[in-house]
Amino acid sequence: MANGTTIEIGKEQAPARPGEERGTLTGWFLELLYTVDHKKLGIMYIGTGWLFFVVAGIMATFIRLQLAGPNGHVVGPETFNGLITMHGTIMIFWVAMPFVFGMANYVVPLQIGARDMAFPRLNAFSFWLTFFGGCLLLFSYVAAPGLSGSGPAPDVAWMAIAPLTARAFSPGSNVDYWSLSLLVTGTGSITGAINTMVTIFCYRTKGLTLYRMPLMTWLSLVAMFLIILFIPPLSAAQIMLTLQRYLGATFFDAQSGGSAILWQHFFWIFGHPEVYVLVLPAFGVISEVVPVFSRKAIFGYPAMVAASVLIGFISSGVWAHHMFTVGMNSFSITFFAFATLVISVPTGIKMFNWLATMYGGKIRLELPMLFAIAFLFQFLIAGLTGIMLGVAPFDWQLNDSYFVIAHFHYVIVGGIVFAVFAAHYYWYPKAFGRMLDKRLGLWHFWLFLIGFHLTFDPQHISGILGMPRRIYTYQPGRGWDLWNLISTIGALFQGLGAVIFVFNLIWSYWKGKKAGDDPWDAWTLEWATASPPAEYNFEKLPEVKSRRPLWDLKHPEDPDWKYE
Amino acid sequence: MNWLKDLVTQTGQAGGCAPARMLRRPQFWRKLLIGLVVLAIYALFFGTAQAQEYPVHAVQNIFAPTSLPAESLAFLSKLVLAICAGVFVIVGGLLTYGIIRYRRRGPEDDATEPPQVYGSTAIELAWTVPPILIVVVLVLVTARVIGEINGFQPLGNNEQVRIIGHRFWWEVRYPRYQVVTANEIHVPLNDRTQPAATQLILESADVAHGFWVPKLAGKSWLVPNYRNQLWIKPFQKGIYLGNCTVLCGPQHANMLIRVVVQAPDDYNRWLDNQQKATVEDPNVAEGRKAFVQNTCGTCHRIQNVAGADGTFGPDLTHFMSRETLGAGVAPNDKEHLRSWLKDPQTLKPGCLMPNMKLDDQEIDLILAFLRTLK
Amino acid sequence: MVLVITTESALFIIFVVAYLFYIGKSLIPPYPHQVLEFPWLGSILLFGSSGTIMVAERHLKRGAIDRFHLWWAITLACGVGFLIWTISEWLKLIYKDGLTIATNLFGSTFYSLVGLHASHVLVGAILLSIILVASLRGKIRHRHHEHIEIISWYWHFVDCVWAVVVTVVYIISAKS
Repeated sequence: MANGTTIEIGKEQAPARPGEERGTLTGWFLELLYTVDHKKLGIMYIGTGWLFFVVAGIMATFIRLQLAGPNGHVVGPETFNGLITMHGTIMIFWVAMPFVFGMANYVVPLQIGARDMAFPRLNAFSFWLTFFGGCLLLFSYVAAPGLSGSGPAPDVAWMAIAPLTARAFSPGSNVDYWSLSLLVTGTGSITGAINTMVTIFCYRTKGLTLYRMPLMTWLSLVAMFLIILFIPPLSAAQIMLTLQRYLGATFFDAQSGGSAILWQHFFWIFGHPEVYVLVLPAFGVISEVVPVFSRKAIFGYPAMVAASVLIGFISSGVWAHHMFTVGMNSFSITFFAFATLVISVPTGIKMFNWLATMYGGKIRLELPMLFAIAFLFQFLIAGLTGIMLGVAPFDWQLNDSYFVIAHFHYVIVGGIVFAVFAAHYYWYPKAFGRMLDKRLGLWHFWLFLIGFHLTFDPQHISGILGMPRRIYTYQPGRGWDLWNLISTIGALFQGLGAVIFVFNLIWSYWKGKKAGDDPWDAWTLEWATASPPAEYNFEKLPEVKSRRPLWDLKHPEDPDWKYE
Repeated sequence: MNWLKDLVTQTGQAGGCAPARMLRRPQFWRKLLIGLVVLAIYALFFGTAQAQEYPVHAVQNIFAPTSLPAESLAFLSKLVLAICAGVFVIVGGLLTYGIIRYRRRGPEDDATEPPQVYGSTAIELAWTVPPILIVVVLVLVTARVIGEINGFQPLGNNEQVRIIGHRFWWEVRYPRYQVVTANEIHVPLNDRTQPAATQLILESADVAHGFWVPKLAGKSWLVPNYRNQLWIKPFQKGIYLGNCTVLCGPQHANMLIRVVVQAPDDYNRWLDNQQKATVEDPNVAEGRKAFVQNTCGTCHRIQNVAGADGTFGPDLTHFMSRETLGAGVAPNDKEHLRSWLKDPQTLKPGCLMPNMKLDDQEIDLILAFLRTLK
Repeated sequence: MVLVITTESALFIIFVVAYLFYIGKSLIPPYPHQVLEFPWLGSILLFGSSGTIMVAERHLKRGAIDRFHLWWAITLACGVGFLIWTISEWLKLIYKDGLTIATNLFGSTFYSLVGLHASHVLVGAILLSIILVASLRGKIRHRHHEHIEIISWYWHFVDCVWAVVVTVVYIISAKS
């Protein structure tokens, strides 16, 4: 090859597609059970995410049906409290986190020119821990009916508010299912994060300095770092809670002088960085999709890296903005308001850089880009409502109201889930060798977009009109009826969109258009492999000289390394 | 716009177009008259309700405050909202413009790649500095409001109300007057000339709760072993509805708050009434006995009734002076009270008052007794 | 291993914070100043074992496998000794002083913090035993010294945590 990049693609024999390796159904099952290949584990993580998404989505549908009108009778209060707790817990830990690990697992080794993760067996172990934890939590529906009204599933909100979680108020073992399943899955997350970080630090191919890594890899790195630092506080708090519930420890027990507020500090020290763990890889996806579909390099790569690291760093110091109303002193409140507002600066920088990437480009409105554009609009709004909530006195009104629910669903659904959809349309062809069907994709996009806005836009209003969170019903005449009805209708649109998407995933596996190695004409190393890649990824590990090795290959007269 | 044209110009159809035909029928005018009369009655009813002494503010819009500190909060909130709206318009506009202007127009655009621009330090600074300035402004304004509200020191004689959260009701005490009541909080009107405010001291007897009446103030948690406080200076009479905002169990949704802001005279009259014991009515002596015999008194205190001194449930001394029962879950009338006595779990499933398994005769007696507790 | 140590440190920090936060807040006795004695024996054993593990490593690097066995075994013995010392201290606290995890805030935070550390010492002791057995069977050679070094980092980490525990529990809260 002319200019020193030596990428060769092993093409003697088309690699078997995931799911077709052994030919039989038993073979397929055994392959799932025994595999240590990062690509298959990545797909399994994502499959787990979709499985739990359906479960938690059905829960959300019941929540919305119950709240569609005042004095609803779809479910009773204990069941409702269980539904909101399970919906939140499952969506964060068994939908969003597996997406993070699934995408990192699949994409990162390919992007850095490695053959697999640093510790493949640990990788499989992490996956199965995560999966088993989820099964343990769902098992609570079957196995944990408690006494005096404490229902089967945990019903103490996803943040397990103390002292409601004490034995006295939550007899039975539902809270313990919450703690234990998260301890198990949390361990899986930590081992997975360690694995990914070691891979990124030690297995980059020749010439791929940290400063040449694709942004997806960078953002996954920062997210993994946050995981190893901030999941332990959750585990610690859960160990304390379990010790309190079973051995009578007094950590959060007011009668012994313990503090319920300490639980909140510990939980949110985990909880806030956790949401950045979820959103940073979403930023990574957008940072891959927007340049490719604008046909330009990402604008301001060094600034993007710096902003990402800064966001990760600052996110560890904003946790008490979830606690503005518990009764902290003025200095603490002001400090955390300040830190929360400051984090908007690097986030804004990323936003502007994406915009600048699009300007001067030739924007292709393919499905990954459609979802990315929706992300940009929605994340903008989410960030702005976040700033509003960061201004503590505003939060004194809107904390624990539907405005907060609207805000974080804008981030997680409008932001992260849309980015995950973009990632699927972008990388599915690489993983399975087929394109996702475009018509089905457009139906999915528009239905989900409309549904998302129908559901979550009105919730800003009901929050402003005083509707608190976590109520299983409300009386008429509070001004909330119409907004809740619209919100419920949106849920049905979203459900339909999601069903079409899942159908697309399955249908396109057999009937999708053949994709080829590089259907999007992209520039990072994963597109230099076959679709799907061989198990060993690269026949010969490539050597790179710039951030876009395939651009250099395709444009030998104007390679990137001349300008970096 | 064709339908409009048709509407205006269409002729030839027997009787004219549909709207025209409708307007010519007497039935239409009759129905319209009836509708207007109904509307007038409706409006009159609610209009007079609004003109009532104490209108119920059921819709609690945070941008329509009727008290301090809610006013300061609303002002700051509107400022932040305006700034954020401005940012949205600018950035959203840039995004929209960019997508339209720089879209791929067709296959001819695929021939070459656009010029690759890798970055620009000047531009990065240009969009870093203005956000930092906005953040600085916001932080300063925020700090000021926080200090103003959190550090509030009411001068003069401020009324003190101790509110203790229970699952799923509010214990309300006026320490200065030795008044104990539940769920309905009466506070005096406070015009802007008076420095005194009403101080709400917030505590909890069991799990964490939250107190929120948006038109009056921001919210605060009620945490066991941790005293919080709110202060309010309401300047509009009325009944303000609020909610518990921290999940406390199955009936968290029905732990409603009623704050009655009254003119000073009415407030003093209410206080006087609350301080007295209720008059013993000989007609309901049987009911009083039934109340104690059925162990109602082990949870519910009634002043001057021997055997009724429990504090697990709300104090019922002046039960009939409250407009709702069950912390707002139902109006305090005969029918709902009967339901409650028969089985509270039908009105408030999961509340901590069990079905006392009273037979109809006992219910009648206790009902009659309770309805004398004015 | 660096990352493992980082994540474990994050876990320990929360228990340390809980301990510090609740110093002086117990509503009923026993209080620290009544029942805690400075942990001379335990500390000598554990800190000493950090020294002996370094000696063992040095011998392995030089290829002196027998010396490596000896010093590695001494390290393991010190670790086990520390665990035995911990058990004896706890027996005294529970049965003589009446301090359990449920007694008061001091009990809860003390046992959870010290217990978490002891559990890490136990895991370390198991790791050390596995290495010792493997080595006695002839599987550990000079070329493995880097892998052994990584295990020794874990052991040093456990020692550092003990230093923090001693400072927080036996020095800072000793008078409360």
